[in-house]
Amino acid sequence: MSIEIRHVTKRFGEAVAVDDVSLEVETGSLTALLGPSGSGKSTLLRIVAGLETPDAGEVILSGEDATTLSPQKRNVGFVFQHYAAFKHMTVRNNIAFGLTIRKRPKNEIRERVEELLALVQLQGFADRYPAQLSGGQRQRMALARALAAEPKVLLLDEPFGALDARVRAELRDWLRRLHEEVHVTTVFVTHDQEEAMEVADRVAVLNRGRLEQIGSPLDLYDEPASEFVMRFVGDAHDLGGALVRPHDVALRREPGDGAVEVAIERITVLGADARVELVDGDGARLAARLRRDEVEELDLEEGEILWVRPERERVFSS
Amino acid sequence: MPRFVALAYLTAVLLAPLTMVFWRTFQHGLAPVWGALSNPETVHAFKLTLIVTAIAVPVNTIFGVAVSLLIVRKRFPGKGVLNAFIDLPLALSPVVVGLSLYLLYGRNGWFGSWLLGHGIQVLFAWPAIVLATIFASVPFVAREVIPTLRELGDEQEQAASTLGASGWQTFRRITLPSIRWAVIYGVVLTTARSLGEYGAVAIVSGRIVGRTETATLRVDDSYQNFDLTGAYSISLVLAATAVVVLILMTVLKPKEQMA
Repeated sequence: MSIEIRHVTKRFGEAVAVDDVSLEVETGSLTALLGPSGSGKSTLLRIVAGLETPDAGEVILSGEDATTLSPQKRNVGFVFQHYAAFKHMTVRNNIAFGLTIRKRPKNEIRERVEELLALVQLQGFADRYPAQLSGGQRQRMALARALAAEPKVLLLDEPFGALDARVRAELRDWLRRLHEEVHVTTVFVTHDQEEAMEVADRVAVLNRGRLEQIGSPLDLYDEPASEFVMRFVGDAHDLGGALVRPHDVALRREPGDGAVEVAIERITVLGADARVELVDGDGARLAARLRRDEVEELDLEEGEILWVRPERERVFSS
Repeated sequence: MPRFVALAYLTAVLLAPLTMVFWRTFQHGLAPVWGALSNPETVHAFKLTLIVTAIAVPVNTIFGVAVSLLIVRKRFPGKGVLNAFIDLPLALSPVVVGLSLYLLYGRNGWFGSWLLGHGIQVLFAWPAIVLATIFASVPFVAREVIPTLRELGDEQEQAASTLGASGWQTFRRITLPSIRWAVIYGVVLTTARSLGEYGAVAIVSGRIVGRTETATLRVDDSYQNFDLTGAYSISLVLAATAVVVLILMTVLKPKEQMA
């Protein structure tokens, strides 16, 4: 099912959480809403689910206006950052909730729950209570619960935000694989650009309630539409009034061609790559990223004076 | 040492008087106690108290849960005032409550004259006793449920609604089971308060022996008429009920941590 957001605005008192945002999510896609905290990404997701009502604009689900529809009637699966597990119910009853509400036959529910337990790798945990599960297990249970009634859209609000780094990485891969298997239109909210780039096939970048850009991870990185996107998605440094990515910084031993004089502050080797931290005459810092053999070839040393020139740079009018 | 002080304090303030009541009641054996308790007027007083409690407790439970949901989950003007108002019966002397009911439902009161004109007697009849008891026991359910609801948060309820549950289904399957111990605790306190209400009821009931006299009023009545065995026996029943209530609460409470 496709999602269409048309000119949606939401205020909380004086603060504008979502400011005239329009975007489209295609059927079967895996889209990330990416932005810093306070960018309105969670509010936008909650508006799609019907958990918040927009002050203006429309939400179209599968071509039908759902703006005033209650969450109950939208048939979306929603996963909360802090799991929202039903604490007084077993894992089985948590997962079965949407089906029980819909009064599906008992054996159908049992079969579907078994299927989902297998999908989220929680067989053997069916009769436990959420308090007896780890954070990662609880979130997988919440996912199974959201998927149980076969929602047309799956919405995840910072689903991995409360988990530690290792579990996070595991669940990321797992979500990616799940999406390939189940193919339900999925939108997830994250403030972690790496997470968005790794998992999603489309990323919408939000800033202060406004949509900055929507596109594939590659588009955002290579063709950022604004200074904000350039800085937020991947590293970016100021160099001679423009913005440049670390791997687009060329190092030279000789001046010329408008190159800027810098001193090497620090060289860090990261596997096959190296990161050279530089500081110019005004004390402004930037970093260049190059291959390790390039560093060895240039025979770079900390404290040396060099000239840098951007191979590719961007200037954004603000 | 602090433990000893606390224990001594509780003994002096609570345990000693209760023990005295117990001892006095059975001073002359079982027969006079049984005689006092099976007195038809006393039996009537107990019945009346039970009936009044049976009305006041469900009414205040429903009201308490509803008003808690309103205060914790909704935004509306005047919320703070409502929240403060719930506590009014705790702050107000029951005698004042009784007097205000008297003024409202009396022959010349705002409601009283209209109701009397339609042949409904409130004052000096059971409706007034019920009203006074309800008023006195309003806060208990809400005071237990409000903090529990706050702590619970609304994410589980939101999750239920996205899973297709209606407002009522969400309440029945998610909210109510999550607050059940707070509700039970509130019900127990409401029951205890309803059984023990004295001041407001004393004013509005008219204290007609065998008709509008509740158990607590009966204690006072017996005492005033030098029927000490009667007074002690009824007191003992009330005190025993309180002890049972306490035991029930202690037995029920630990389960909360397990859930």
